[in-house]
Amino acid sequence: MIQVISVIAYLVGAPLLGGFLDGCDRTVSARMQGRQGPPLLQPFYDLSKLFHKQILAVNSLQLLLNLCYLVLLAIAGAMLFAGADILMCLFILSTADMFLIVAAASDSSPYSSIGANREMIQVMACEPLTLLMAVGFYLTTGSFQVKDIIAQPVSAVVMMPGLLFGFFVIMAVKLRKSPFDCATSHHAHQEIVKGLTTEMSGPTFAIMNIAEYYEIILMLGIVAIFFINATWWSWIVALVLCAVAFFLETLWDNISARLKWMTLFKGCWIVTLLAGGINILVLMLIR
Amino acid sequence: MGILPILIVWPMILAIILPFLKARRARGILAYIGAGSLMVLAVVFLLGWLFNGGQTQALYVETEAIDHLMTVGELFLMVLIVVLSIRHRKYPVILLSVGQTLLLLWTEFTMPVEGGAHMLVDGLSMLMCAIVAIIGGFICIYAVGYMKTYHEHHKEYKDRSGFFFSMLFLFLGAMMGLVFSQNLVWLYFFWEITSVVSFLLIGYTRTEEAVHNSFRALWMNLLGGFGFAIAIPLVSSTLHSLQLADVVASGSVLPIALLAFAGLTKSAQLPFSSWLLGAMVAPTPSSALLHSATMVKAGVYLLIRLSPGMHDTMAGILVSLIGGFTFIAASMMAIAQTDAKKVLAFSTVSNLGLIVACAGIGVEETIWAAVLLMIFHAISKSMLFQAVGAVENSIGSRNIERMHGLILRLPKLTYIMGIGIAGMYLAPFGMLISKWVALRSFVDADNVLLVLFLAFGSATTMLYWTKWLTKIISQHKPKEIEKDVTLRDQYLSMGVHAVLMLLLCFLFPIVARYAVDPIINEIFGNVEEVLSMNELTTMAIMLVSVLLIPAIMFLVTRSAKRSYVPIYMSGANMGDNTYFVNSYGEPEHLYLTNWYLRFQFGMRKLMRPCEMIAMAAIVIFICVIIGGAVA
Repeated sequence: MIQVISVIAYLVGAPLLGGFLDGCDRTVSARMQGRQGPPLLQPFYDLSKLFHKQILAVNSLQLLLNLCYLVLLAIAGAMLFAGADILMCLFILSTADMFLIVAAASDSSPYSSIGANREMIQVMACEPLTLLMAVGFYLTTGSFQVKDIIAQPVSAVVMMPGLLFGFFVIMAVKLRKSPFDCATSHHAHQEIVKGLTTEMSGPTFAIMNIAEYYEIILMLGIVAIFFINATWWSWIVALVLCAVAFFLETLWDNISARLKWMTLFKGCWIVTLLAGGINILVLMLIR
Repeated sequence: MGILPILIVWPMILAIILPFLKARRARGILAYIGAGSLMVLAVVFLLGWLFNGGQTQALYVETEAIDHLMTVGELFLMVLIVVLSIRHRKYPVILLSVGQTLLLLWTEFTMPVEGGAHMLVDGLSMLMCAIVAIIGGFICIYAVGYMKTYHEHHKEYKDRSGFFFSMLFLFLGAMMGLVFSQNLVWLYFFWEITSVVSFLLIGYTRTEEAVHNSFRALWMNLLGGFGFAIAIPLVSSTLHSLQLADVVASGSVLPIALLAFAGLTKSAQLPFSSWLLGAMVAPTPSSALLHSATMVKAGVYLLIRLSPGMHDTMAGILVSLIGGFTFIAASMMAIAQTDAKKVLAFSTVSNLGLIVACAGIGVEETIWAAVLLMIFHAISKSMLFQAVGAVENSIGSRNIERMHGLILRLPKLTYIMGIGIAGMYLAPFGMLISKWVALRSFVDADNVLLVLFLAFGSATTMLYWTKWLTKIISQHKPKEIEKDVTLRDQYLSMGVHAVLMLLLCFLFPIVARYAVDPIINEIFGNVEEVLSMNELTTMAIMLVSVLLIPAIMFLVTRSAKRSYVPIYMSGANMGDNTYFVNSYGEPEHLYLTNWYLRFQFGMRKLMRPCEMIAMAAIVIFICVIIGGAVA
C-alpha cells in the first residue's frame, strides 16, 4: 500500500517538485550573480508556453523517442520509490538515456550530433560509479532492494562515504551542471548552441524538460537512500541533506567553468576508481 | 540414442559430397536439405531425450574401431597442416602440430586407462547441440544466398563455394561431436578439426592477408591444443582415466589449468585475441558460425565443464582474471573501430571474456549467468553478423560511417540490426540480466577486480553500441537509391533469428527455469534457484513495458500534427539538410561522423600492452601452478 502511494506520489509529484527546484535553482543562481532572476514558478510558465506552440519537427522520430525517454525515466524513478531493485532502476535509467541520445542523433544535425556524442561520453563517464554504488549498497546492507536498504539500523552512508562523494560528482553530470554540462546546458551560452536539444522545440522540448525534472527527483531520491535508516528522524535528515546537496550543485554550477569532454571523462573515471573503488575494496575486506 | 551418431556423421557425409557438386543451384538445394535435416534431427533428438525424462546418459564404452579411425584422422590432419605449412613457409607451425600428435599417439599406445563412456548426453551438451544445429543450420541457409552475391561482387576471388559449404558442414559435424564427447581423446580430436576448419575458412580468399591471418589463427589454436595434448598424458598417468568428469572431480590443478588454457585460446581471450580479429577477413557466414556463434563457444563450453574444478583454485583465479580483463580491454578497443565486423569481433571477444570470468569463479550463480550469456550472445551475434554481411553486399562497404541513415536506405536490414544491437546491451534484454547476476556473484566472491572490470567494461560496451545505433537510426535522406540485394533465404535466416531473440526475451523466466536451472543442477547437484520466480517476473514485466512503450508512443505520436522544418546549421541551410552557405557565400557540404577516440582507445595503443599484461599473468600463474604440483 505504502509502495503504491509512494509511486503515485513520485509520478505526480516529481514534475511539480522538479519544476519547483528548477525555479529555486534559477532564482538562487541569479542572486549569486547579483541579478533579480525570474519568478519561482517560471519553469511552469515556460512549460505551458512550450506546450501551446505549434509542433515544428525535423523528423517524425524525435517526438516518439523523447516520449520514450520521459516514460522510461518515470519508470526508473517509480522503481526506486517502490523500493525495488536499485541496480535494475539504474539499468532502466541508462536505457532511458539511450533514447535521448538516439533522439538527438536522429536528426543528422551538426550541433545536436555533437551533443549526442558528448552525452554518450557522459553516460560512459557516469556508468561505472552508479554500478559501484549499487554494489556498495549490496555490500553494506546485503540487498539490492531499496526497501531493505532503507530499513537498516544504521544509515548506509557510514559505510560508503567515498561512494557518496563519487555520486555527488556524477549527479552534477546527470543534472547538466557546470563544469560538466558539455552535452547541453541550461544556459544559452554554449559553444555548440544548445547541443543535444538544438533541434527540439515546442512540446518536444517540453517533454524533455519534464523528463529532466523526473531525473532531478530520482537523483535526489538516491542521495536520500544513503541517509535513510529505520528511524523516523533519518527521513528528515535525508530531506534536509538532499536540499543541501541540491544547493551545493547549484553553487558548483555557478563558480566553475565548463570542462572539455576528455577532462570530464577522465575526471569522472578517476573519481570513480579512487573514491568508489577504494570504498568497495574496504567494504569487501571488512565483510 | 540412435540419432546421436547420425548428428555427427550426416553433416560430415554432406561435407564430402558438396565439393563435387559443380552446379550452384544443386549445391544450394543440398545445403538447404542438409541444414534442414540437421535441425529436424537435433529437435527430434532433443524432444526424445526430454520425453525420456532428460536424464544424463553415458554412452559408447567399447569403441576400439572408432578409436583407430580417429587416430587415422589425427594423422591426416597433421599431414595436412605439415603440407600447407611447408607450402606457405610457416615452419614453426609444423613443430606444434607434429609435437602434439606424437604426444597423443604415445599416450594412447603406452598408457593403459580404465574404460568408460566416450560420450555423455546431458543438459549442457543438449543445449549446445540445439544452438549448433539451429543457429548453425540457419547460417548455412543464409550462406547459400550470401555466397552467390558475394562472388558477384568480388570477381577477384576464385569461387570456391563448394569447398566453403563443405567446410561449414564438416564444422557442424565436428562441433556436434565436441559437445557430446566425454573422453578427452575424442574431445581433442573434434577440437583439432574445428581449429583446422577455422584455419581453412579464414584463408578462403587466398589473399596474402588471409593466408597470414589464417596461420596466426592456426598457431594460436594449436598452442591451445598443445596444452590439451599435454593434459592428456598427465591425466592418464595420474588418474588412469580419460573421463573429463573424473578430471573435474579429482580437482588436480595442473591438468585443469592446461585444459583451461586450451579453452582460453579457443575463445580468443587475451593474449590470444588477435587471431579472432584477423579471422574477419573470411566471408561473413563463416565469421557468424565459427567466430562468434559456435566455435569460440567451444572454448567457453569446456571452461564451463571445468568450472566446478576451478572454484577457488589458482586455475580458477587465473581464468576469471583473464576473462574479466579481456572483457574490459576488448570493449575499449571496440570503441575505436569503424569496421562493423571488427566491432563485432571485439564485442565477441569481450562478451566471451565475461563468460570466461563467470566460469573461472565456478559457483552456481556465475555458471547460471554464463549459460544465459552464451544463449543470448549466440543468437544476437549471429544475427548481427548476418545483417552486416547483407548490408555489405548491398552498399559495398561494412564501414559503420557508411551506414549513416541506413534506416531510410535499407529499412528491413536496419530493423534486424537494431534488434541485434538492442539485444546486446539494452536494459531488459537477456544480456543485461545475465550481467546483473554476474555482478552480484562477483561481489559474493569478494573479487574487487572483477567488479571493477565489469563496472567499467559495461560503460565502454554501452558507448560502442550506442554509437552504432545512432548512426543507423539517423534520419538522413539518401542521395542515391540503393538496391537491397539480400536474397530470400538470407531474410529467412535473419527473420528466424530476430523472432527467436524476441521470443527468448519474452519467455525469459521460462527459459531460465526450464532450460538453465536443470543444467546448473546437473553440474552442481541440487541447488537453490539463482533468481526467485518473483524476480524473474519483475524482469519480464519490465521487459514487456520497455518493448511496449516505444510501440505505444508510436501510436500516440502518429496522429500528432507536425510541420517539418530543415535543421539548424549555423550557416543558411540550403534546403536539403546536406549543404549550407559558408562565410564566403559558397555551398559547403556537411559531413557527420561518430567519435572513435582513436588516440585514447585505439588498437595500436592498447593491444600490445594488454597482451603483455595477460601473457605475464598466464606465465606467472602457470609457473606457480606447476610449482605447486611438483612440490
